[in-house]
Amino acid sequence: MRGESQLYESGFLIDMRSITKSFPSVLANDKICFTCIKGEIHALLGENGAGKSVLMKVLSGIYKPDSGKILYEDKLVTFNSPRQALEYGIGMVHQELRLVETLTVAENIVLGSKMLGFIYNKKKIELEVEQLSSDVGLQVDPGVAVWRLSVGEKQRVEILKVLYREIKFLILDEPTMLLTPQETNQLFDHLKKLTSRGCTVVFITHKLEEVMKVADRVTVLRQGNNVSTRNVGDTNKRELAGLMMGRKMSFSESKFDKCQAGKVLLEISDIHATGDQKRSSLKGISFSLACGEILGVAGVAGNGQRELAESISGLRLVNSGNIYFQGKDITNLHPRRIIDAGISYIPEDRIGMGVVPDLSVADNLILKDYFYSRFGSRLILNKAAIDCHCDELIKGFLIKTPHRNIPAKLLSGGNIQRLILAREISRNPKLIVAVNPTRGLDIGAIEAIHKMFLKQISTGVGIIVISEDLDELFDISSRLIVLYEGKVLGTFDSDRKMIEDIGLAMGGVN
Amino acid sequence: MLELLLYSAIVAGTPLLYATLGEIITERSGVLNLGVEGMMTVGAFAGFAITVITGNLFLGLISAGISAGLLSLVHALMCVTLRANQIVSGLGLTIFGIGLSSYLGKSLVGVPVQVTFEKIEIPYLSEIPWIGAILFQHNFLVYFAIITSIGVYLIFNKTKTGISLKAVGDNPAAADMAGINVFFVRYMAIFFGGILCGLGGAYISLAYTPFWTDMIISGRGWIAIALVIFSAWDPRLAIVGAFLFGCVDALATRFQVMGINISPYFLRMLPYIFTIVIMILSTKKSMIGKKALSVPAALTLPYHREG
Repeated sequence: MRGESQLYESGFLIDMRSITKSFPSVLANDKICFTCIKGEIHALLGENGAGKSVLMKVLSGIYKPDSGKILYEDKLVTFNSPRQALEYGIGMVHQELRLVETLTVAENIVLGSKMLGFIYNKKKIELEVEQLSSDVGLQVDPGVAVWRLSVGEKQRVEILKVLYREIKFLILDEPTMLLTPQETNQLFDHLKKLTSRGCTVVFITHKLEEVMKVADRVTVLRQGNNVSTRNVGDTNKRELAGLMMGRKMSFSESKFDKCQAGKVLLEISDIHATGDQKRSSLKGISFSLACGEILGVAGVAGNGQRELAESISGLRLVNSGNIYFQGKDITNLHPRRIIDAGISYIPEDRIGMGVVPDLSVADNLILKDYFYSRFGSRLILNKAAIDCHCDELIKGFLIKTPHRNIPAKLLSGGNIQRLILAREISRNPKLIVAVNPTRGLDIGAIEAIHKMFLKQISTGVGIIVISEDLDELFDISSRLIVLYEGKVLGTFDSDRKMIEDIGLAMGGVN
Repeated sequence: MLELLLYSAIVAGTPLLYATLGEIITERSGVLNLGVEGMMTVGAFAGFAITVITGNLFLGLISAGISAGLLSLVHALMCVTLRANQIVSGLGLTIFGIGLSSYLGKSLVGVPVQVTFEKIEIPYLSEIPWIGAILFQHNFLVYFAIITSIGVYLIFNKTKTGISLKAVGDNPAAADMAGINVFFVRYMAIFFGGILCGLGGAYISLAYTPFWTDMIISGRGWIAIALVIFSAWDPRLAIVGAFLFGCVDALATRFQVMGINISPYFLRMLPYIFTIVIMILSTKKSMIGKKALSVPAALTLPYHREG
């Protein structure tokens, strides 16, 4: 591979020079330089908001840079659209899902492809996609409409979508976010296979493990600036973490103190519920949670996690079984009554369910309370009280926002999550149900959120954390249950020694 | 009696079918065009005027399609390129279309048209007792409407054009990423939608009434917009819906002919009551399951690439 790269004078397949891209109020990329050698796996490392995604969106034709130039095979290129970038063989898998919900998996994958004739054969493309999916080791059912899939499954479709094209330069934006450890390893194997065929891969991540495991070179960005590019062989996790955070991190395996459990807070007995796919997705789940306990719910995406969270918070009707909260039956109560009883729900889909993206930060902070008398009379909102309350929360929960009146959608993922937590925790809940609360966040934000949870349990709050990140569950929970196809397939102590048993349970082996 | 009623249901339902199909195509691309009534009026006028001048029905049809298509391109320019509010632009189109046609058509009021569409009896099929007389003794435009609906259905579900169109209407960002030209697809969908509305209008002025008068479309464009929802954006259901409404329309006329003493105003109101009832029923149905998702997710949302 290295020999081939000599074809270009510079030795670089991609050479981005001094790329600057700014948005109103943010300078996302400040004169960033980035180079890529043909056939390598290049990791782009940085915290949230470091400018990684923006830089790659410039390369894939989504953003036009304010200044700077891009050389492809030593020739100056400008991409005005993703289509133009695709013509050069540059394709990107985005962090946000970009799928057409009403079309099937196979249709989404072949969408816009030149290989498709005017009249297409559904069976044929489904077979083709099935072939691709087994080659790559990412399992999907090609004939199913995308809206029926879980987020994790949708992400697999996204990756397959790009791999289906004849891609020479593949960009992956945090691809492992929702994948299981096995799927992650399979993906990495496939990436290596791709590079041996002459494909070049850039993947954006903030996970040091992944960089060390799969990348040849790594470029670290911090706050829109280049920090450094290293050969992975010449560096280590500690150094990279330091470059990424801009400060020295202690990398001791410090576990948090887990509180002792108190009396029973939530009791779930044999609940059954129907999922969006119209088949039963909860098939008799029972467990209990004590005050001051964090219960981790592990499992591969799409095994009933979302339905469980929605059943507890009243968003999904339970067909049979009961949910008792502090001894009272709250099964199928109206969500408002459940909220008032002291249950907070932190949904998986932050932008879609957690906030109203077009409303301001302040409006989002009082979304569950605006009708209470402390924020105004029956008719008129008390602006002063609201502003005061919101400023307090913004300060207290370190929400980074230029002002309380800007739309919530302009905040970064980590700050949106802080906003949601600020709203929920400030309401003094007795039970918090959180689904993938730290997904896609950087180390600093994850730590802050975990600390918030641990502070809550010390005051006797019970927390259910549903997460696909086993490390997270090991770190904060005291007990783990594994969901598999709508059933609890085992209860485990939260101990890394149990990882094999837990992994087996996640795969359906009891 | 029933035979005659069903026959006139098809006759009265055909213009609705054209307009509904046109609007389905437009909305599938994510653009709402409330200018249906206006485009139908322009089509009716252009078709009638050209036929009177040239004496050629097909020239009339072509000019009906093209004039309504051109009018719809104004909507495309406003909503796709300039990203203006689709509702305001569509309403403007309706008011403009009706006004322009009335103004230009003053001298055509009461003018007879020399030629009209002949009934085509389809060999063998038209001889089937009862059914033959209802289904297979119509003019060219009726058959063409049904063929077009089936064609649109096949394009939606069996062709690349169909998935591109659905993708653009459902998630334009995803379509853009896949290399589909969102703007081109929307322009084309709006244009073809306009052409079909124009043909629906021409059917009224050339085959149904056939003469020219102000307000000749009399609200059928609005019914078509409601029918799009009724049919859940599916061309097959559009056929059912259009003829069902044709039936209500025919019933109203029949009552009058039979001298049943009901106020004509009440009868003319019937289709609209029916529209409201159908709308309520179709939303009810959509509460359960899949139906809700047949609404193009990006309907009325202008698209612009981020950055």
